[in-house]
Amino acid sequence: MKHRLWDYNGGLHLIGHKSLSNTRKPLAATIPKELIIPLSQSIGHPAEPIVAQGQRVLKGEKIAQSVGVLSASVHASSSGIVREITEVVVPHPSGLKASCIVIDTDGLDEEAPSSGLVQYEKLPPSALVSIIQDAGVVGLGGAAFPSSIKLNPGANRTIKTLILNGAECEPYITCDDMLMRDQALAVIEGARIILHTLGIKHCLIGVEDNKPEAIQALKKVCDELVYRNIDVVEVPTLYPTGGEKQLIKILTGDEIPVGKIPADIGIVCHNVGTATAIFQAVMGGKPLISRLITVTGNGIHQPQNLEVPIGTPIRDLIAQCGGYTDDAARLVMGGPMMGFALPNDDIPVVKATNSILVLAQADLPASKQSLPCIRCGKCAEVCPMDLLPQQLYWYGRAKNNEKAQAYNLFDCIECGSCDVVCPSHIPLVQYFRATKSAVRTANNEQQKADNARQRNDAHLLRLEQAKAERAERSRKKKAQLEDRKKSKETIDASVERAKNKKMARTQESTNSSDTTLENKS
Amino acid sequence: MTAIITICLLFALFGLLLGFSSIRFRVEGDPIADQIDAVLPQTQCGQCSYPGCRPYAEAIAAGEADINQCPPGGEEGILQLADLLGVEAKPLNAENGIEKPPMVAIIDEQVCIGCTKCIQACPVDAILGAAKLMHTVIEKECTGCELCVAPCPVDCIDMVPIEETVITWKWPLPSARSTTEKAA
Repeated sequence: MKHRLWDYNGGLHLIGHKSLSNTRKPLAATIPKELIIPLSQSIGHPAEPIVAQGQRVLKGEKIAQSVGVLSASVHASSSGIVREITEVVVPHPSGLKASCIVIDTDGLDEEAPSSGLVQYEKLPPSALVSIIQDAGVVGLGGAAFPSSIKLNPGANRTIKTLILNGAECEPYITCDDMLMRDQALAVIEGARIILHTLGIKHCLIGVEDNKPEAIQALKKVCDELVYRNIDVVEVPTLYPTGGEKQLIKILTGDEIPVGKIPADIGIVCHNVGTATAIFQAVMGGKPLISRLITVTGNGIHQPQNLEVPIGTPIRDLIAQCGGYTDDAARLVMGGPMMGFALPNDDIPVVKATNSILVLAQADLPASKQSLPCIRCGKCAEVCPMDLLPQQLYWYGRAKNNEKAQAYNLFDCIECGSCDVVCPSHIPLVQYFRATKSAVRTANNEQQKADNARQRNDAHLLRLEQAKAERAERSRKKKAQLEDRKKSKETIDASVERAKNKKMARTQESTNSSDTTLENKS
Repeated sequence: MTAIITICLLFALFGLLLGFSSIRFRVEGDPIADQIDAVLPQTQCGQCSYPGCRPYAEAIAAGEADINQCPPGGEEGILQLADLLGVEAKPLNAENGIEKPPMVAIIDEQVCIGCTKCIQACPVDAILGAAKLMHTVIEKECTGCELCVAPCPVDCIDMVPIEETVITWKWPLPSARSTTEKAA
């Protein structure tokens, strides 16, 4: 039976450039001389290092522990000696440094002892969630959200459907395509583990129709093992169908309300790569220490998919793919639409890296000076989130953050479709990103100010209390002194009285003895 | 005549009504000062010449202080205050200081003698320590007010600018320069 499909607003038909890299079989990347493993490889709190400088670590050994729930542990991708824990430039649009564990590999690739499960079905979901959390599995589609959180949606949410995202809509990138072709069984078994953990039956796998081999491979596995509850669905090739919200709309017709997550409407969505990583973690006992990465572009001699240890410097991957061509012009992490330019190739790859793209001079977007907005509305036509980019642009430019938020700025998925169609070449997405940053910073500052106000109030209250206490103490002391004085006076008075009495008595007794003497005589 | 009496009676009636409601529906505190206080950065540094943000907010509300006396709030703070109070924005009063990047106090723990003077000076209780024991700043709570720097007898407190991290980094707005660069 053919699965019914829905449609979302806009979207673009982009040239795929996928055959550059998906015609060769994926290879395992060689172990680099040094591994640079960032402590923060997921959304949320960076992991805390649990190894020391000079310590020998084995492949798969945990080297940094997650902090809290919204955080992911980090493991050594190969065996070697920890050289240092230091600040290194990490793959981030800012080009800033962050804490990394640098390991000098010894080339032995000696694995830490680990054991996978044979029958996960007997374990309760909570045990599986903690295995997956311990393995440091994060969403491999690009956002790097800790997967264990998605597997534990909470008692107040009823999940009905699991969606695996194999759309991979960005041009050039083929790592999910190759993964589905090569490791279809791992993808499907991973899906079954997720289904078991969520306690549901129904799974949809959405794959764009420009990946027929992948679709066939997945369908073959499902047919052979008679998994009728897993439905591999061919979806039309359109950018950005790989967006979570877009894929959910296409497959189910449901839209996620503003500020909600898919679990709120009964859907959990994982990337196909994440499903494989979950399979490896549960059945193989292997943490997430490597991933498939597409190294591609016309600026490189031999575009190729590589299974890369996390933390490998990009230059090693470039070297394995035949090096740069003469007209290589720009190094990008991610795809041409949502990726960001990198300053150099010493930067390591991380869990969220799906592609290293080397653009040749000829591929660079024709750089034209941006012209005033003519309000043609083309951006709104292509916006897959049904937003009004030109309005967001005006408000962002005017720094009117409130208005921008009122026009649902935070719904923007930064897909870049509006940039592509803008006849005035306005860098719209950059405006949206800047406005989002400004709103976040303002919120943080407000929170900090509120906190400082509270602490200052508490400080003043404490001073006031201390003052009152001091006053009270001195008052008490004074009263005590007074009391003592008074009691001393009373004692003095009674002593005086006693003395007087005694004196009077002696006087009396002498008097009386006198009389007796007188009587005797 | 009747008209005059009626008007006078009405006046008296409304007067009583107003007098009654001003007592009955009296607003506790100062709502304008609250709103001003919400805009101020809560550094509690006293550069405005008032002993904290709240007293400065009250002084502005009472018309005693100008809106351009808060260096940590900077130009943006002045604009917000001008917007809130419906007055003309003006440049920061240089007598109160200059706008600096956000800072945090760092105690050189090797030099600290444990005198507790900075602890007493801190308006937000962000310094931890005890007499004759090393002190340290809880960086997350430090407002960068610099009030702890002067009392330190061994000069072991430094104000350092807060470094930008991957988490606090802000996407810049596309500048005119970048677009011309693109064109070049």
